[in-house]
Amino acid sequence: MDLIIDFALLALLAVTSLAIVRQTNLFSAVTLLAIFSFLSAALFTVMDAVDVAFTEAAVGAGFSTILLLATLSLVGSKIRTPQVRIVSVTARTPSRRPTFPLIVVLVTGGILVYGTLDMPPFGDPDNPVHRHVADHYLMDSEEEIGIPNVVTSVLASYRGYDTLGEATVVFTAAIGVMVLLSGLRRRDTLGEEAWGEEGLEDLDPGLGAGSSSDTAVSVDGAEGEEADQLRDGDGDEP
Amino acid sequence: MSDQVILRVTTKILVPAILLFGLYVQFHADFGPGGGFQAGVIFAAGFILYAMVFGLGRTQQVFPSYVSRLCASGGVLIFIAVGLWSMLRGAHFLDYSVLGHDALEGQHLGILLIEIGVLITVFGVILSIFYFFAARGREDV
Amino acid sequence: MRILGLYNYWVFVFLMMVGFYILISRRNLVQEILGLTIFQTAVFIFYISMGSIVGAEPPTLAPGVEGIVYANPLPHVLILTAIVVGVSTMAVALALVVRIKEAYGTIEGDEIADLDTASEA
Repeated sequence: MDLIIDFALLALLAVTSLAIVRQTNLFSAVTLLAIFSFLSAALFTVMDAVDVAFTEAAVGAGFSTILLLATLSLVGSKIRTPQVRIVSVTARTPSRRPTFPLIVVLVTGGILVYGTLDMPPFGDPDNPVHRHVADHYLMDSEEEIGIPNVVTSVLASYRGYDTLGEATVVFTAAIGVMVLLSGLRRRDTLGEEAWGEEGLEDLDPGLGAGSSSDTAVSVDGAEGEEADQLRDGDGDEP
Repeated sequence: MSDQVILRVTTKILVPAILLFGLYVQFHADFGPGGGFQAGVIFAAGFILYAMVFGLGRTQQVFPSYVSRLCASGGVLIFIAVGLWSMLRGAHFLDYSVLGHDALEGQHLGILLIEIGVLITVFGVILSIFYFFAARGREDV
Repeated sequence: MRILGLYNYWVFVFLMMVGFYILISRRNLVQEILGLTIFQTAVFIFYISMGSIVGAEPPTLAPGVEGIVYANPLPHVLILTAIVVGVSTMAVALALVVRIKEAYGTIEGDEIADLDTASEA
């Protein structure tokens, strides 16, 4: 029964990824990516990785989708189809035909499939990956740490240093987004930003001298609805 | 969106349940799936839901932007403080066995403290990233 | 069982190649980020399927019961870290896309290159 569910979930994942390739609207592609993340969370559950499934569902299907939708409301969700551009093909513009990427992808995929023929059998308890350290964690976690969840004990105690690195990476991402997106920026034509105008003194958006003559972000077509959802939420204020 | 009755009422019911569930996931890390990262994301999701329905302005009155930045840095500080506390007691960095009178109790205490640190960091980071994205280009927030 | 194991790995290769194809054949920046996410998730699936054992339990010790086969906890810990790091890099990448849109007015890679060329000339 497990194998049937495994089989079905993997097939659904493959179909969803093919559907993402063929989308012409970014909004539907983002929705399909959320479906993809949920399906992979279900696959992780079937493979007995419940912590990973929890994290993938919360982070991948939850927060990633919110971030992508927020970006789409700021950026616009039209994908320009390639055949619109037919003039001004300079020497630096790569070819419009999709055959060369397809060939590269097929060759790489073929090499990888040839590599998987050497892998150990799937799900065998005697695989080399289950030797050495993992045995020690499972058997000694009870006496040395004493909590039932081995993943938490490995994450927090045996590999606590890596978790410190992970928390630091997450914090650095917040700093990166803050440096890029804090303060209001007026719509700028290319290359004419003056660094002194960056709202470094108002790290709280809206407090300082946000010199925005046009705050209307380009909203075109179908994503006007989610742009409204993220922007006009406070309709009941007097 | 707070002029829609269903969204408003459902959000008011759901947000406390989401926050409670986040705390449940955090403190049950020892006994089942869970831990700081998942709990931080779920906790922040409650606030993000509130912000999507009731507006960014009201959410920032409840939980201002500078507090979320403080949370992001404070959590990493808690984590490192636990490691330094172990060093002050004579063991290696992040060796929790010396934090209590017993190796097992020390491990329990150390894991609890760093999971709280990770919860606060992830919650602060996720909420502040959402604030930065949602407030870009608006001048009324 | 051998074919099912190989099917598992082959679907991972397929997913990774779909993500790779989106990355190299599309010009829209957000679409490229979607391709990267698919690529990343395929690698996670590969790691977790390497660490899974047929008929095993999730790695939460049942107190006092002997003889249970548990799944390998080490890939789970690695992938947990990797998922969070992945979403962090995606957040910074999307912030960069927002800034590029504000600076250039477009998020198509070749239009940005053309605008760069035109401004240098």
